[in-house]
Amino acid sequence: MLDWILLPWHYAFMVRALIGAILVGTLCAIVGTYVVLRGMAFFGDALAHAILPGVAIGYLVGGGARQPLFWWAMLAAIISSLGIGTIGKTVKLREDTAIGIIFAGMFALGIALISSVQNYTNDLTHFLFGDVLGISSSDLGRIGLFAGVIILVVIIFYKEFMVISFDPILATTLRLPVKGLDYLLMILIAIAIVVSLQTVGIALMVAMLITPAATAYLLSRRLPVMMILASVIASASGVIGLYFSYYVNIASGAAIVLSATTIFMVVWGVKILARSVKEKRAPELE
Amino acid sequence: MNLLKNSNYLVHRFPEHHVGTPTLSVSDLGYRFGNIDALLGISFQVSTSERLAVVGPNGAGKSTLFKIIAGVFKPTQGQVQIYGYEPKGHICIAYVPQRNLVDWSFPVNVADVVMMGRVSKMGPLRWPTKNDWGIVHRSLELVEMEGFTKRQINELSGGQQQRIFIAQALAQEAELILMDEPFTGLDLNTQQDIFRILDMLREKKVTVLVAMHDLKLASERFDRVLLLNKRQIGYGLPREVFIPENLSQAYGNHLRMLTTKEGTLVIEDTCCEEGDHAHA
Repeated sequence: MLDWILLPWHYAFMVRALIGAILVGTLCAIVGTYVVLRGMAFFGDALAHAILPGVAIGYLVGGGARQPLFWWAMLAAIISSLGIGTIGKTVKLREDTAIGIIFAGMFALGIALISSVQNYTNDLTHFLFGDVLGISSSDLGRIGLFAGVIILVVIIFYKEFMVISFDPILATTLRLPVKGLDYLLMILIAIAIVVSLQTVGIALMVAMLITPAATAYLLSRRLPVMMILASVIASASGVIGLYFSYYVNIASGAAIVLSATTIFMVVWGVKILARSVKEKRAPELE
Repeated sequence: MNLLKNSNYLVHRFPEHHVGTPTLSVSDLGYRFGNIDALLGISFQVSTSERLAVVGPNGAGKSTLFKIIAGVFKPTQGQVQIYGYEPKGHICIAYVPQRNLVDWSFPVNVADVVMMGRVSKMGPLRWPTKNDWGIVHRSLELVEMEGFTKRQINELSGGQQQRIFIAQALAQEAELILMDEPFTGLDLNTQQDIFRILDMLREKKVTVLVAMHDLKLASERFDRVLLLNKRQIGYGLPREVFIPENLSQAYGNHLRMLTTKEGTLVIEDTCCEEGDHAHA
């Protein structure tokens, strides 16, 4: 049994994948708490897809090197999130429509750029579905750095972010710079997505943002507890997913997301069950 | 696009109050949304610790008026002055939202919600101090909710929900509180509890504006009333404003009236389906 547990970690790439999955899970869970509470799931999903042209340009320019790819993706993410915010606020379009337009357009641009390269499918697959087993030490360093910065910003603006998420009108009467804080939060989400790109990839990114946070939402009654619980659930999903990926030999990104989904389903099921038991008991008490 | 609109929060400087000016002065206020006048020709003044009922049918612009006074919306015409200055810099105005517009499943407890009122007094990069917690607890005591500090907000009754938002306004040290339909959906006893708190606010020199439907409550428990339906129909003492002519202007045929020998009215506002009918 012990061998079974320890075996995967004899490989350096598995250890790096583990550290990466835990860092990314924690980061996405904390940022994702706001995504869930503010109903921004579609925005998060769209933003993940909208960074593809950035990834593509970085890929074409850098010839496969990771560093430029990262910065180009970041640029695309920030431009898209500001674009979405600006369209929604300047013309009479519902925000989800603005998001849909930018999301699909940027994603198409990314595919167009990548398809100009011969034999692009393999690389496209990595961007779309992630490659956590291919994380390098320098990748880890970068993920760690950005995770630290994002968590620091979330702590610094804790009370302000809580107010703009709970009650935007209160935030205005308290004279908080609501617009600035909204954009700051969008940028944090954008950075979290780009940093996490390698773990689960574009297509499954939204799961990292919302599934652990939503599970924690079902279990917690206060914001900091929700954030910590979401991080723990996300990290656990990372570890469980990697075991699955190792022993059952399935794609690691998918395995991580499926673990998170399973945890959500279990928690949800237990909640429903507990509620029906409570309701059955209630009349007897009277 | 001005990202740092409201940036006085960052430098932590808010307007002083001009002595000798009315708490709230609204003159010829209008708000145009697209090419529809949501509000037109609103003018009134409220002095310190006065209690004003803002009455009108659904869609009359009561919430819009409050949001303009709170500095959330900018008027397209006329102006609002609070202690002699525009609303936008003040942190002494509290807007208490309609209860059905609050996200009650947000993961916060009662103390968290009340502490939110302290955010601008604390300023950026600051965490609640002992003093802030003291103010939060005193505010909860004043609304008789001190036993509920750690209670999840979705476990509160309607009256309790209303009271914690008043506590939040107290923690904010608000001098002008705008309450949007606080009585809707509350039973008579709970309404009386809220009035006890409004009396306490009056003693503390807090000025309160309440948007409401109930004409009887408005005429019995408020110093002045503002009757509006997009434009201002009447402002003044309840008995001066609630006259048949004004009421039928405000409510049209949504109102049933009976004139008896003594000149009193039996009125029913039939505009609202949700059970928040007004009787007088």
